[in-house]
Amino acid sequence: MKPVLLLLALLTAAAAPRSGYDDASPETRAMQDDDDANPGFLWVREGEAQWSKPAGPDGKSCASCHHDATISMRGVAARYPLIDTVSEQPMTLDQRIAQCREERQRADPLPPESEAALGLSAYVGLQSRGMPLHVRADSPFVAAGRRLFETRLGQLNLSCAQCHDERAGMKLGGATIPQGHPNGYPEYRLEWQAMGSLYRRLRDCMTGVRAEPFAPESLQAAELALYLAVRAEGLKVETPAVRP
Amino acid sequence: MVRVLLNAPKQVPKGQPFNVKLLISHPMESGQRRDAMGMAIPRHIINQIVCKLDEEEVFRMNLFPAIAANPFLVFSATAEQSGTLTITFTDDNGVEQTETTPVEVV
Amino acid sequence: MKRRLLLAGSAALLAIRPAQATPVQVAALIRDLVGGAPLTQGNMKLDLPVMVENGNTVSVTVSVDAQPGAVHSLHLFAEGNPLPEVMHFSFGPRAGLPRVQTRIRLATSQTVIAIAQMRDGTFRQDSVDLLVTLAACID
Repeated sequence: MKPVLLLLALLTAAAAPRSGYDDASPETRAMQDDDDANPGFLWVREGEAQWSKPAGPDGKSCASCHHDATISMRGVAARYPLIDTVSEQPMTLDQRIAQCREERQRADPLPPESEAALGLSAYVGLQSRGMPLHVRADSPFVAAGRRLFETRLGQLNLSCAQCHDERAGMKLGGATIPQGHPNGYPEYRLEWQAMGSLYRRLRDCMTGVRAEPFAPESLQAAELALYLAVRAEGLKVETPAVRP
Repeated sequence: MVRVLLNAPKQVPKGQPFNVKLLISHPMESGQRRDAMGMAIPRHIINQIVCKLDEEEVFRMNLFPAIAANPFLVFSATAEQSGTLTITFTDDNGVEQTETTPVEVV
Repeated sequence: MKRRLLLAGSAALLAIRPAQATPVQVAALIRDLVGGAPLTQGNMKLDLPVMVENGNTVSVTVSVDAQPGAVHSLHLFAEGNPLPEVMHFSFGPRAGLPRVQTRIRLATSQTVIAIAQMRDGTFRQDSVDLLVTLAACID
């Protein structure tokens, strides 16, 4: 019986990715559904202000080059992470925003997880809301990310896949184990009582299994984020999502 | 200044109740938590919200640490004439902030 | 000696700040609020999920079956929180329907009580027993 269930879970996971939205309570879903009630929009509005705020010696803002984000950023978040043509390495949207700020605006970096950094990421992400995630799956980095996803880590000796592929939909404590898709980031977590990035979530998972988290700028973190996006292929972007 | 989202309908029928939604960016630090060093984190919450339509009060609310971070409120108001809806809130440091939105009676 | 002092000290601390309020404490707060006025069950609704996914942010709606203007104020108490008072909300002359929605923190599974104070001097009450489930993976 058990192997059958396991197989079923694996097949379901492979067949159609299921958003964490569908595993959340009606109350949590209602928080996400109403933009006036979704606390993530406090960060979105911060990001909207950041978008046209000059920074760096030339006084350039995001808007100086990219103009109206509702047009220029439409669909962008659904294509990240991508393989950067210069470094030929996977790059997340958060890394692209940080790179743009440092190299184009020549401004001081925004601290990770700051309201400004999360806000910009949320504001850019919002412009792809409702669009299906679709990133290129044909690079060796995707396979590397998948290996990381399936590698047992930490003192608990658990891989991502053991919870989020093999046991998704089952209960851990009182909570339903979600498939663990990245389609709502940055997202508002009731647990955090705040907005946070995908990296923060991954770090929490890794410390949760008593492993040393991948460094934020590491290739491993980017490969894992890339594989997660490939694994979530077709799921609609929900930024700013609300999760328990 | 903390970020505030105050949403009321642009136009409302005279004398008919309408809903207003309010979100305030605030940690609502409860005073019950300890930091990584075991030191108590001091309480820092918004402890009062007052809402008026022009000079007349819509509601007055006292908040305690059990109000969730980033306080959210949906309340109902009525207007007999066009005016300005004002929200004023005060935190534990005595800092006061006011947000307004116009309400047009049709 | 030192240890005894410390013990005495922590006992005193416990006495002034218990980890949880108790139904007795909440009953006393309600007695202070209501005084000798009539307090009835019903004709108002405290709307809370009975199964709470995360106690950090719990959506709650309090509404009273009454005309706009008939309700003076709403009061919310959480018996299982370290501090039982949650909110006091009074309606002004420009209030609409006697209904308010907010989000609250609940430390544990418990009973939450709402009281409506009517302008005619009477009081109404509703309560919800709920379960706060524990998150499996926390930051």
